Amino acid sequence: MAEPLLSVDHVSCRFGGLLAVNSASLTVPAASITALIGPNGAGKTTLFAIISGFQRPSGGVVRYQGDTITGLPPHELAWRGIARTFQIVQLFAGLSVRENILVGAHLRHPKRSDALAAADIVGREVGLGAMLDRSADTLTVASRKRLELARALATEPKLLLLDEVLAGLNPAEIRDIAPIIRNLCARGISILMIEHVMQAVMSLSQHVFVLAEGCVIAEGTPTEVAANHEVVEAYLGHGAAKKLGGAHAH
Amino acid sequence: MFSPVILITAILNGLLTGAVYALVALGLTLIYGVLHIINFAHGALLSMALFGAFFAFRLLGLDPYLAALFLAPALFAFGYALQRFIIGPASHGDDRNILLVTLGVSVVIENVLLYAFRADTRTIDVPYAFQTLDLGFTFLPIPRVIGFGAVLAVAVALWALMTWTDLGKAIRAVAKEKLGAELAGIDVAHVYAVTFGLGTACVAIAACLLIPTYYVNPTVGEAFVLIAFTIVVLGGMGSVPGALIGGLLIGVVESLSGLFLGESLGQIGIFLIFIMVLLVRPTGLFGVKA
Amino acid sequence: MTGVRPILAVVIALAAVPLITDSNTVLNFLVVTLLIALAGQGWNVLGGYGGQYSFGHAAFFGTGAYVTAILQVRYNANAWVGFAAGIAGGAAVGAFIGALTFRVGLRGSYFALVTLAFAEVLRIIASVAPITGAGVGILVKLDLRAAALQFESRAMFYWFILALVAVALMIAHAIERSRFGTWLIAVRENEDAAKALGVNAPRVKLGAMVLSAAITAAAGCFYVQYFLFIDSGIAYGTRLSIEALLTPIIGGAGTVFGPLLGALVVQALGEGAKLIAGDAPGLNLIVYGAVLVLVIAFAPRGLIRLVDDANRWLSRSAKLESAHG
Repeated sequence: MAEPLLSVDHVSCRFGGLLAVNSASLTVPAASITALIGPNGAGKTTLFAIISGFQRPSGGVVRYQGDTITGLPPHELAWRGIARTFQIVQLFAGLSVRENILVGAHLRHPKRSDALAAADIVGREVGLGAMLDRSADTLTVASRKRLELARALATEPKLLLLDEVLAGLNPAEIRDIAPIIRNLCARGISILMIEHVMQAVMSLSQHVFVLAEGCVIAEGTPTEVAANHEVVEAYLGHGAAKKLGGAHAH
Repeated sequence: MFSPVILITAILNGLLTGAVYALVALGLTLIYGVLHIINFAHGALLSMALFGAFFAFRLLGLDPYLAALFLAPALFAFGYALQRFIIGPASHGDDRNILLVTLGVSVVIENVLLYAFRADTRTIDVPYAFQTLDLGFTFLPIPRVIGFGAVLAVAVALWALMTWTDLGKAIRAVAKEKLGAELAGIDVAHVYAVTFGLGTACVAIAACLLIPTYYVNPTVGEAFVLIAFTIVVLGGMGSVPGALIGGLLIGVVESLSGLFLGESLGQIGIFLIFIMVLLVRPTGLFGVKA
Repeated sequence: MTGVRPILAVVIALAAVPLITDSNTVLNFLVVTLLIALAGQGWNVLGGYGGQYSFGHAAFFGTGAYVTAILQVRYNANAWVGFAAGIAGGAAVGAFIGALTFRVGLRGSYFALVTLAFAEVLRIIASVAPITGAGVGILVKLDLRAAALQFESRAMFYWFILALVAVALMIAHAIERSRFGTWLIAVRENEDAAKALGVNAPRVKLGAMVLSAAITAAAGCFYVQYFLFIDSGIAYGTRLSIEALLTPIIGGAGTVFGPLLGALVVQALGEGAKLIAGDAPGLNLIVYGAVLVLVIAFAPRGLIRLVDDANRWLSRSAKLESAHG
């Protein structure tokens, strides 16, 4: 089997008395879409922070393309090809849409003219072509999400970490953005996404990891995971699987 | 080098001066703990209070300790108005703006004092200024001993206010969770202004405690405020025990480095501590994360 | 974004002033204005474009001034060499402070406090150290030759400082168009987002700090050549620190012309105050402080943005009129 692009190996993270992530392990193969799901407070964003260099783990190793990257700063990881979006959109509010994407494009294009051209292409790719000159703080939620995505894409990553990129979007907007995400995978970019929107998880991802109270409690294809009793209990509470009985038992 | 008596005297004096520093720092940390702003105008307010105490003595014959009874409420009102009508509205809630606005206020106050009263240094003569407390092996200046006691009294009074009164509870609520407090019906702008007023009142009392043995000119406040910042940063922004303990510590450090390095270089010791604390542990000994 | 042509136009217009008037008052006013503008242009790199507000920029101004003064007076160095050394000295201090503070991740108020503390430490040291003349300061000998960077005609001094300001304007222009500048602005707008996009924030901030310090140090070096005297209060005092931040904030932080416009306004207000209320100590700063609060309250992005907005509003109404006309 080919070495996974990303492998998170028994990573833990402790904040004082709270163990936010408890010996979690997951792998992301190349050119695939993997989802990380779990109830609120499970430690998903903390795990993302660890993978993207914003948080030091208290234990465990993160490997990317065979190299150990645990503890490397975020900008170093960006150079190596790991990009991320933020759960709460972190735009450069005072800049235009194009200028926002420009910052990402400059990673691979030192010259301003090249970077601007690359930014334009990425902007159009995510559907923001008509809004490139607008100020970022005038965008709707859906457009802001696309801008977050565009900025990360402009860094030409091999691994894209999407933190609840669909949060706050209505079903129509989700339907519009899903093909963009699928397209990225087709282009060879691997995606690890934290998501709560289950329909998206089911239709987009090939592999799912379930995190609850800091531990990975299940993994598998979307269908396997949905049928898993422990997963249902983690989301709906103790005994829920039994109560739902007929629908999920098999 | 120095005999133990000299060292102990220096340490004791340091503790006494440190107490007054702590009071100044207390005002600063109170303001930070609730409004989450670093009040750059704190030093100018101290200068203002010192001039107030000075003129209370010169023009009205008021002993500084008595003057405190009037100066504290007066400066409370001033601080309240400053926050409510100038700092709050002008900064539109932006952190960077607040920095600049308090800086601007500080510059205005200090230079109004300079313009009105020139840069001459003034002192007052109170009969007990040079009286000392005889401890047997050494003497301690009476005004400083009184100051120490007064600071403790103020600290206890503030603690009582915070713990037992509704106002105190409102202040603590706003400090912890502004939005929640607002939703619970607390007038946040009022609480902010009250806290700022309390911080300014602390400064007023500190000025009255200082003036018997200190001097008055428009830039004195500036020197004090950097010391106050050092204490607050050392003790932890927003921590009242931190301000008190930090104040005592810094008082001792200043006294000792003055002993070993001489007057002017003694001040450097404090700034170097300040810089080092900021670089190594910005949250201080007891602080809340900024 | 400002193009090269407006910069050239402004510089050429300013350069023509001594050809129109030979009033010493006017020239002196403008020299001091440009001096403050230069100090402000330095601050603007770190504070305006970089968003890191330094309250102690005097640390760089004073270092530049003292280095060149000491080299000339105590070591008989050539004035031009001293000037260059002063800039380098200021830059070095900037690198030192920046390396310490940015690596640790100090931001916002804490950063402002630390810069304030550093300036104070330098002031105290300079006020007692023999090499800086302690309380007395340093007097540079009058030597009206170009080789000693002193000029008989005030116009020459004016053109020299104008040249420095022009260089600083071009630097700001280059920043706006470079990757470094884009990254710096990104760090200002949202440091975490910038990091996630590959920006090495501490290194970018350090670069901005060094450049910022060098420019403000140049202002300090010029001060020595023009006034032939420096002491700890002038060099490292809070007045310069305040002027350095006031001019870009009033004029428009993060713009090319902001500091220049701000310097004109600040100086004009200062002179105006003097005319109305007499030349008393502290008057200037009262006006500066009040203007700072007013600008933040009513025009927080600076006067230049007001001009910008007015322009846009005017052109939009003109378009509407022609559409309906």
